[in-house]
Amino acid sequence: MRRWLPQPLLSLCLWLVWLLLANTVAFGHLLLGGLLALGLPLLTVRFRPELPRIRHAFKLLRYLMVLLFDIIAANLVVARLILGPAYQLHPAFIRLPLDLSNEFAIVMLTHAISLTPGTVSADLSSDRRTLLIHVLDVEDEAGLIARIKHRYEQPLKEIFEC
Amino acid sequence: MVEILTSLFLVIGGAFALIGSIGLVRLPDLFMRLHGPTKATTVGVGGILIASMFHFSSRGQGLSLHELLVTLFLFTTAPVSAYLIARTALHLKGKDVNRRG
Amino acid sequence: MLSASVIFAFGCIAVALLLNFWRLVFGPEPADRILALDTMYINTIALLVLFGIHINLAVFFEAALLIALMGFVGTVALCKYLLRGDLIE
Repeated sequence: MRRWLPQPLLSLCLWLVWLLLANTVAFGHLLLGGLLALGLPLLTVRFRPELPRIRHAFKLLRYLMVLLFDIIAANLVVARLILGPAYQLHPAFIRLPLDLSNEFAIVMLTHAISLTPGTVSADLSSDRRTLLIHVLDVEDEAGLIARIKHRYEQPLKEIFEC
Repeated sequence: MVEILTSLFLVIGGAFALIGSIGLVRLPDLFMRLHGPTKATTVGVGGILIASMFHFSSRGQGLSLHELLVTLFLFTTAPVSAYLIARTALHLKGKDVNRRG
Repeated sequence: MLSASVIFAFGCIAVALLLNFWRLVFGPEPADRILALDTMYINTIALLVLFGIHINLAVFFEAALLIALMGFVGTVALCKYLLRGDLIE
């Protein structure tokens, strides 16, 4: 099983992407997509760094839901900030200490930060312990760090158990 | 009903794309300008793609979901571009500081 | 109603593209210009999809997907060039 299907989740994603690309569920495309989804991971498994196992699929789903909600809320906030008077903004760089040890989890966290309220991740220190974030309008620096840690970092830590 | 939803998503998408680009021109500093396009524009295009999904699904030739692929792709690449642009700006600024000093 | 909202969205995207072009021409820093190009390709995707809705034809989807792929690769290549001074190391 592990030998012929090294990454079941990746295979599933590839299959779904193929079906979306073909925009059909005809039998031929189901079969062709299935073959590609089985073959591509087998061919490329040796190039890929070790991916973490997802321990709690349900928590991942809840995390994505929270993220989607935050993205929509973030857009309203950012739109108001952009259209409002610019001199009232207080932009700043913030250093976020990271507790995650897994590279993939860090990537997920930087994505979440870039997609949500007025924050963009700008640089990761070379020892992977701090993340430099630019904030469009900062009022409470400690509160923002606590919010990011509680809302995104904690669930990611539980999902990937690292 | 579908037409109303399509129109709603079109208007929201267009408005957010415009707001993102207004931010690109209006905000005074590069790192602030990064916020507009990475969020507002991505969601603006996402809205228009969802409208397209509704429109082509309602024509009676089956569900049309392939717009989801573009949306997903944009949502995964926009943070990467933003991160790279921010790093480039930091890098160039550091260079300038070193040259002056 | 649909055609009116399509026209409205066309107008929004057109103005957005002009604003991006302004930033592309006058952007004081190279990073500004890359950001403007990045935003421009995203807006172009929206324009193509809108045109598809306007003439009721779904064939522009592949073009939109290709612009998304190539635009991202272009942004990464430009940033890499400015970061390292070289593309292929």
